[in-house]
Amino acid sequence: MQLAIEVGQTAKPEAVMFWILGPLAVAAALGMLLVKKAVHSAILMAYVMIVLAIFYIAQDALFLGIVQVVVYTGAVMMLFLFILMLVGVDSSDSLTETIRGLRPIAITAAIGFGGLMVSLLGRASIGRNAVGLSAANADGNVQALAQLLFSTYVWPFEVVSALLITAALGAMVLAHHHHKADFRPTQRQLSINRFRGESLGSAAGLPGPGVYARHNAVDVPALLPDGTPAPTSVNASLEARGDMLDYKKFDLAEVNTKVEEEK
Amino acid sequence: MNAANYLYISALLFTIGAVGVVVRRNAIVVFMCIELMLNAANLSFVTFSRINGDLNGQVMAFFTMVVAACEVVVGLAIIVTIYRSRRSASVDDASLLKR
Repeated sequence: MQLAIEVGQTAKPEAVMFWILGPLAVAAALGMLLVKKAVHSAILMAYVMIVLAIFYIAQDALFLGIVQVVVYTGAVMMLFLFILMLVGVDSSDSLTETIRGLRPIAITAAIGFGGLMVSLLGRASIGRNAVGLSAANADGNVQALAQLLFSTYVWPFEVVSALLITAALGAMVLAHHHHKADFRPTQRQLSINRFRGESLGSAAGLPGPGVYARHNAVDVPALLPDGTPAPTSVNASLEARGDMLDYKKFDLAEVNTKVEEEK
Repeated sequence: MNAANYLYISALLFTIGAVGVVVRRNAIVVFMCIELMLNAANLSFVTFSRINGDLNGQVMAFFTMVVAACEVVVGLAIIVTIYRSRRSASVDDASLLKR
Protein backbone atom coordinates (compact mmCIF):
# COMPACT_ATOMS: atom_id res chain seq x y z
CA MET A 1 0.00 0.00 0.00
CA GLN A 2 1.33 3.35 -0.94
CA LEU A 3 0.91 6.07 1.62
CA ALA A 4 0.53 9.65 0.53
CA ILE A 5 0.96 10.83 -2.99
CA GLU A 6 4.54 10.11 -3.93
CA VAL A 7 5.67 13.50 -4.96
CA GLY A 8 9.24 13.51 -3.78
CA GLN A 9 10.81 15.75 -1.21
CA THR A 10 10.99 19.50 -1.38
CA ALA A 11 13.96 21.56 -0.38
CA LYS A 12 14.52 22.30 3.27
CA PRO A 13 13.80 26.06 3.27
CA GLU A 14 10.39 25.38 1.77
CA ALA A 15 9.66 22.85 4.50
CA VAL A 16 10.52 25.40 7.18
CA MET A 17 8.36 28.00 5.46
CA PHE A 18 5.50 25.54 5.16
CA TRP A 19 5.54 24.38 8.77
CA ILE A 20 5.58 27.96 10.04
CA LEU A 21 3.02 29.49 7.70
CA GLY A 22 0.73 26.49 7.20
CA PRO A 23 -0.46 26.10 10.81
CA LEU A 24 -0.73 29.88 11.11
CA ALA A 25 -2.99 29.99 8.04
CA VAL A 26 -5.22 27.25 9.43
CA ALA A 27 -5.34 29.03 12.80
CA ALA A 28 -6.28 32.29 11.10
CA ALA A 29 -9.00 30.52 9.11
CA LEU A 30 -10.37 29.00 12.32
CA GLY A 31 -10.22 32.43 13.93
CA MET A 32 -12.36 33.73 11.08
CA LEU A 33 -15.12 31.43 12.26
CA LEU A 34 -14.74 32.26 15.92
CA VAL A 35 -14.32 36.04 16.11
CA LYS A 36 -17.47 38.01 16.59
CA LYS A 37 -16.84 41.13 14.56
CA ALA A 38 -16.91 40.99 10.78
CA VAL A 39 -13.97 43.40 10.50
CA HIS A 40 -11.72 41.03 12.46
CA SER A 41 -12.83 38.20 10.19
CA ALA A 42 -11.84 40.29 7.18
CA ILE A 43 -8.36 40.96 8.57
CA LEU A 44 -7.79 37.27 9.32
CA MET A 45 -9.03 36.51 5.82
CA ALA A 46 -6.45 38.91 4.35
CA TYR A 47 -3.78 37.08 6.35
CA VAL A 48 -4.83 33.70 4.90
CA MET A 49 -4.76 35.23 1.42
CA ILE A 50 -1.20 36.50 1.87
CA VAL A 51 -0.04 33.12 3.16
CA LEU A 52 -1.61 31.46 0.12
CA ALA A 53 0.20 33.92 -2.14
CA ILE A 54 3.49 32.91 -0.51
CA PHE A 55 2.58 29.25 -1.03
CA TYR A 56 1.92 29.91 -4.71
CA ILE A 57 5.26 31.63 -5.17
CA ALA A 58 7.01 28.80 -3.32
CA GLN A 59 5.41 26.36 -5.73
CA ASP A 60 6.78 28.00 -8.88
CA ALA A 61 3.55 29.87 -9.59
CA LEU A 62 5.07 33.34 -9.50
CA PHE A 63 2.38 34.99 -11.63
CA LEU A 64 -0.46 33.56 -9.57
CA GLY A 65 1.24 34.61 -6.35
CA ILE A 66 1.48 38.21 -7.49
CA VAL A 67 -2.09 38.14 -8.86
CA GLN A 68 -3.28 36.73 -5.54
CA VAL A 69 -1.77 39.68 -3.68
CA VAL A 70 -3.07 42.25 -6.14
CA VAL A 71 -6.56 40.81 -6.67
CA TYR A 72 -7.38 39.29 -3.31
CA THR A 73 -5.55 41.19 -0.60
CA GLY A 74 -5.74 44.30 -2.74
CA ALA A 75 -9.05 44.53 -4.52
CA VAL A 76 -11.35 41.91 -3.01
CA MET A 77 -10.48 42.51 0.64
CA MET A 78 -10.69 46.25 0.10
CA LEU A 79 -14.15 45.76 -1.38
CA PHE A 80 -15.14 43.62 1.59
CA LEU A 81 -13.96 46.25 4.08
CA PHE A 82 -15.65 48.98 2.07
CA ILE A 83 -18.96 47.15 2.17
CA LEU A 84 -18.49 46.47 5.89
CA MET A 85 -18.10 50.20 6.49
CA LEU A 86 -21.12 50.89 4.27
CA VAL A 87 -23.35 48.32 5.94
CA GLY A 88 -22.42 49.67 9.33
CA VAL A 89 -20.71 48.92 12.58
CA ASP A 90 -23.65 47.00 14.00
CA SER A 91 -23.18 44.22 11.44
CA SER A 92 -21.37 42.10 14.01
CA ASP A 93 -22.79 38.62 14.12
CA SER A 94 -25.28 37.49 16.65
CA LEU A 95 -23.65 34.21 17.55
CA THR A 96 -26.91 32.65 18.67
CA GLU A 97 -28.01 29.84 16.43
CA THR A 98 -31.37 30.34 14.79
CA ILE A 99 -31.83 26.74 13.67
CA ARG A 100 -31.60 24.53 16.70
CA GLY A 101 -28.77 22.00 16.66
CA LEU A 102 -27.27 23.48 13.51
CA ARG A 103 -23.83 24.07 14.96
CA PRO A 104 -23.13 20.56 16.31
CA ILE A 105 -24.43 19.05 13.08
CA ALA A 106 -22.25 21.39 11.00
CA ILE A 107 -19.15 20.63 13.06
CA THR A 108 -19.77 16.87 12.93
CA ALA A 109 -20.30 17.00 9.19
CA ALA A 110 -17.17 19.10 8.79
CA ILE A 111 -15.07 16.66 10.81
CA GLY A 112 -16.45 13.84 8.68
CA PHE A 113 -15.78 15.68 5.45
CA GLY A 114 -12.31 16.83 6.47
CA GLY A 115 -11.40 13.34 7.67
CA LEU A 116 -12.63 11.90 4.41
CA MET A 117 -10.57 14.36 2.35
CA VAL A 118 -7.41 13.90 4.42
CA SER A 119 -7.65 10.10 4.47
CA LEU A 120 -8.38 10.12 0.75
CA LEU A 121 -5.27 12.20 0.13
CA GLY A 122 -3.31 9.99 2.48
CA ARG A 123 -4.14 6.84 0.53
CA ALA A 124 -4.14 8.24 -2.97
CA SER A 125 -1.31 7.72 -5.38
CA ILE A 126 -0.75 9.10 -8.82
CA GLY A 127 1.84 6.44 -9.49
CA ARG A 128 4.80 8.59 -10.33
CA ASN A 129 7.09 11.11 -8.80
CA ALA A 130 6.51 14.82 -8.84
CA VAL A 131 7.72 16.36 -12.06
CA GLY A 132 8.19 19.91 -10.87
CA LEU A 133 7.70 22.98 -12.99
CA SER A 134 11.31 23.77 -13.88
CA ALA A 135 10.87 22.37 -17.38
CA ALA A 136 7.48 24.01 -17.96
CA ASN A 137 8.75 27.31 -16.58
CA ALA A 138 11.98 27.24 -18.57
CA ASP A 139 11.13 30.43 -20.48
CA GLY A 140 9.66 32.07 -17.42
CA ASN A 141 6.36 31.45 -15.66
CA VAL A 142 4.53 34.44 -17.13
CA GLN A 143 5.60 33.61 -20.69
CA ALA A 144 4.58 29.97 -20.35
CA LEU A 145 1.19 30.92 -18.88
CA ALA A 146 0.62 33.49 -21.62
CA GLN A 147 1.45 30.85 -24.22
CA LEU A 148 -1.27 28.59 -22.82
CA LEU A 149 -3.77 31.35 -22.16
CA PHE A 150 -3.66 32.79 -25.66
CA SER A 151 -3.57 29.50 -27.55
CA THR A 152 -5.40 26.63 -25.84
CA TYR A 153 -7.53 28.76 -23.54
CA VAL A 154 -8.20 31.75 -25.76
CA TRP A 155 -11.95 31.04 -25.99
CA PRO A 156 -12.48 30.65 -22.21
CA PHE A 157 -10.37 33.76 -21.79
CA GLU A 158 -12.74 35.76 -23.98
CA VAL A 159 -15.80 34.30 -22.24
CA VAL A 160 -14.34 35.29 -18.90
CA SER A 161 -13.87 38.85 -20.12
CA ALA A 162 -17.56 38.92 -21.04
CA LEU A 163 -18.32 37.62 -17.56
CA LEU A 164 -16.30 40.43 -15.99
CA ILE A 165 -18.15 43.08 -17.97
CA THR A 166 -21.50 41.49 -17.11
CA ALA A 167 -20.57 41.42 -13.44
CA ALA A 168 -19.56 45.08 -13.49
CA LEU A 169 -22.86 46.01 -15.18
CA GLY A 170 -24.82 43.84 -12.77
CA ALA A 171 -23.19 45.49 -9.78
CA MET A 172 -23.98 48.93 -11.18
CA VAL A 173 -27.63 47.99 -11.74
CA LEU A 174 -27.98 46.41 -8.29
CA ALA A 175 -26.22 49.12 -6.35
CA HIS A 176 -27.87 52.00 -8.17
CA HIS A 177 -29.87 54.07 -5.78
CA HIS A 178 -33.33 55.10 -6.94
CA HIS A 179 -33.75 58.56 -5.55
CA LYS A 180 -37.37 58.86 -6.55
CA ALA A 181 -38.40 55.84 -4.52
CA ASP A 182 -37.44 57.10 -1.07
CA PHE A 183 -38.24 60.76 -0.56
CA ARG A 184 -37.10 62.33 2.66
CA PRO A 185 -39.95 63.04 5.09
CA THR A 186 -40.81 66.70 5.47
CA GLN A 187 -40.84 68.51 8.80
CA ARG A 188 -44.63 68.37 8.86
CA GLN A 189 -44.64 64.60 8.35
CA LEU A 190 -42.02 64.11 11.04
CA SER A 191 -44.13 66.14 13.43
CA ILE A 192 -47.26 64.14 12.63
CA ASN A 193 -45.38 60.90 13.14
CA ARG A 194 -44.19 62.10 16.50
CA PHE A 195 -47.63 62.92 17.89
CA ARG A 196 -49.84 60.46 16.00
CA GLY A 197 -47.35 57.60 16.20
CA GLU A 198 -47.43 54.53 18.38
CA SER A 199 -46.87 56.36 21.62
CA LEU A 200 -46.35 59.85 22.93
CA GLY A 201 -43.18 58.73 24.65
CA SER A 202 -40.90 60.61 22.31
CA ALA A 203 -43.24 63.50 21.61
CA ALA A 204 -40.88 65.90 23.34
CA GLY A 205 -37.83 64.41 21.66
CA LEU A 206 -35.65 61.51 22.72
CA PRO A 207 -34.21 61.63 26.23
CA GLY A 208 -30.72 63.00 26.66
CA PRO A 209 -27.85 60.87 27.91
CA GLY A 210 -27.20 60.33 31.58
CA VAL A 211 -25.80 63.12 33.70
CA TYR A 212 -24.05 61.86 36.80
CA ALA A 213 -21.93 63.45 39.42
CA ARG A 214 -18.75 61.81 38.17
CA HIS A 215 -19.46 61.35 34.50
CA ASN A 216 -21.26 63.39 31.92
CA ALA A 217 -20.97 62.17 28.34
CA VAL A 218 -23.08 60.76 25.53
CA ASP A 219 -21.96 57.19 26.13
CA VAL A 220 -23.84 56.62 29.41
CA PRO A 221 -27.59 55.96 29.37
CA ALA A 222 -29.93 58.06 31.47
CA LEU A 223 -31.99 56.38 34.18
CA LEU A 224 -35.76 56.09 34.05
CA PRO A 225 -37.77 56.84 37.20
CA ASP A 226 -37.74 53.16 38.14
CA GLY A 227 -33.95 53.02 38.01
CA THR A 228 -33.52 51.14 34.74
CA PRO A 229 -31.41 52.64 31.94
CA ALA A 230 -33.31 54.35 29.13
CA PRO A 231 -32.32 52.58 25.88
CA THR A 232 -33.20 55.51 23.63
CA SER A 233 -30.94 57.95 25.47
CA VAL A 234 -27.78 56.60 23.80
CA ASN A 235 -27.05 56.53 20.08
CA ALA A 236 -27.76 53.05 18.68
CA SER A 237 -24.46 52.79 16.80
CA LEU A 238 -22.50 53.57 19.98
CA GLU A 239 -24.31 50.68 21.61
CA ALA A 240 -23.66 48.37 18.65
CA ARG A 241 -19.97 49.23 18.68
CA GLY A 242 -19.75 48.27 22.36
CA ASP A 243 -18.72 51.79 23.35
CA MET A 244 -21.61 52.34 25.74
CA LEU A 245 -20.61 52.57 29.40
CA ASP A 246 -22.47 50.82 32.15
CA TYR A 247 -24.43 53.26 34.30
CA LYS A 248 -23.86 51.13 37.42
CA LYS A 249 -20.39 52.61 37.85
CA PHE A 250 -22.00 55.94 38.61
CA ASP A 251 -24.93 54.60 40.62
CA LEU A 252 -25.42 56.64 43.73
CA ALA A 253 -25.56 53.70 46.15
CA GLU A 254 -22.41 52.27 44.65
CA VAL A 255 -20.50 55.55 44.89
CA ASN A 256 -21.55 55.99 48.53
CA THR A 257 -20.28 52.58 49.61
CA LYS A 258 -16.98 53.21 47.88
CA VAL A 259 -16.51 56.51 49.67
CA GLU A 260 -17.26 54.83 52.98
CA GLU A 261 -14.76 52.12 52.28
CA GLU A 262 -12.12 54.69 51.58
CA LYS A 263 -12.79 56.27 54.93
CA MET B 1 8.65 17.68 3.29
CA ASN B 2 6.19 16.05 0.97
CA ALA B 3 4.58 18.39 -1.54
CA ALA B 4 1.27 16.68 -0.84
CA ASN B 5 1.18 18.60 2.46
CA TYR B 6 -0.16 21.55 0.52
CA LEU B 7 -3.11 19.36 -0.45
CA TYR B 8 -3.81 18.61 3.21
CA ILE B 9 -3.81 22.30 4.05
CA SER B 10 -6.07 22.93 1.10
CA ALA B 11 -8.53 20.29 2.36
CA LEU B 12 -8.47 21.81 5.85
CA LEU B 13 -9.08 25.35 4.59
CA PHE B 14 -11.92 24.14 2.40
CA THR B 15 -13.56 22.38 5.34
CA ILE B 16 -13.21 25.43 7.58
CA GLY B 17 -14.76 27.58 4.87
CA ALA B 18 -17.67 25.19 4.52
CA VAL B 19 -18.33 25.27 8.26
CA GLY B 20 -18.23 29.05 8.15
CA VAL B 21 -20.84 29.20 5.41
CA VAL B 22 -23.20 27.06 7.49
CA VAL B 23 -22.53 28.46 10.95
CA ARG B 24 -22.07 32.20 10.55
CA ARG B 25 -25.11 34.44 10.08
CA ASN B 26 -23.57 37.66 8.79
CA ALA B 27 -23.84 37.65 5.02
CA ILE B 28 -20.44 39.31 4.59
CA VAL B 29 -18.68 36.71 6.75
CA VAL B 30 -20.48 33.95 4.85
CA PHE B 31 -19.15 35.51 1.68
CA MET B 32 -15.61 35.58 3.01
CA CYS B 33 -15.89 31.89 3.87
CA ILE B 34 -16.92 31.17 0.28
CA GLU B 35 -13.81 33.04 -0.84
CA LEU B 36 -11.78 30.86 1.50
CA MET B 37 -13.20 27.73 -0.12
CA LEU B 38 -12.38 29.05 -3.59
CA ASN B 39 -8.84 29.82 -2.49
CA ALA B 40 -8.41 26.37 -1.02
CA ALA B 41 -9.40 24.88 -4.36
CA ASN B 42 -6.89 27.20 -6.03
CA LEU B 43 -4.12 25.92 -3.77
CA SER B 44 -4.97 22.37 -4.86
CA PHE B 45 -4.82 23.43 -8.50
CA VAL B 46 -1.39 25.00 -8.06
CA THR B 47 -0.07 22.01 -6.11
CA PHE B 48 -1.30 19.52 -8.69
CA SER B 49 0.17 21.70 -11.40
CA ARG B 50 3.52 21.36 -9.69
CA ILE B 51 3.14 17.63 -9.08
CA ASN B 52 2.32 16.98 -12.72
CA GLY B 53 4.75 19.49 -14.17
CA ASP B 54 1.91 20.96 -16.20
CA LEU B 55 0.83 24.60 -16.25
CA ASN B 56 -2.81 23.85 -17.06
CA GLY B 57 -3.56 23.77 -13.35
CA GLN B 58 -2.25 27.29 -12.92
CA VAL B 59 -4.41 28.50 -15.80
CA MET B 60 -7.42 26.94 -14.07
CA ALA B 61 -6.50 28.73 -10.83
CA PHE B 62 -6.27 31.96 -12.82
CA PHE B 63 -9.78 31.47 -14.20
CA THR B 64 -11.06 30.64 -10.73
CA MET B 65 -9.68 33.94 -9.49
CA VAL B 66 -11.44 35.88 -12.24
CA VAL B 67 -14.75 34.15 -11.59
CA ALA B 68 -14.32 34.70 -7.84
CA ALA B 69 -13.73 38.40 -8.43
CA CYS B 70 -16.97 38.61 -10.48
CA GLU B 71 -18.82 36.71 -7.80
CA VAL B 72 -17.61 39.08 -5.09
CA VAL B 73 -18.68 42.14 -7.05
CA VAL B 74 -22.20 40.86 -7.73
CA GLY B 75 -22.61 39.27 -4.30
CA LEU B 76 -21.60 42.38 -2.40
CA ALA B 77 -23.91 44.47 -4.57
CA ILE B 78 -26.75 42.10 -3.62
CA ILE B 79 -25.82 42.41 0.07
CA VAL B 80 -25.88 46.20 -0.18
CA THR B 81 -29.27 46.09 -1.90
CA ILE B 82 -30.71 43.77 0.75
CA TYR B 83 -29.24 45.94 3.47
CA ARG B 84 -30.84 49.01 1.96
CA SER B 85 -34.30 47.51 1.94
CA ARG B 86 -34.15 45.49 5.18
CA ARG B 87 -31.55 47.35 7.25
CA SER B 88 -29.78 44.11 8.11
CA ALA B 89 -26.87 42.07 6.77
CA SER B 90 -27.93 38.85 8.43
CA VAL B 91 -28.77 35.91 6.19
CA ASP B 92 -31.66 34.97 8.49
CA ASP B 93 -33.52 38.22 7.98
CA ALA B 94 -33.86 37.79 4.22
CA SER B 95 -36.67 35.28 4.55
CA LEU B 96 -39.36 37.08 2.60
CA LEU B 97 -40.08 34.09 0.37
CA LYS B 98 -40.73 31.88 3.38
CA ARG B 99 -43.71 33.83 4.58
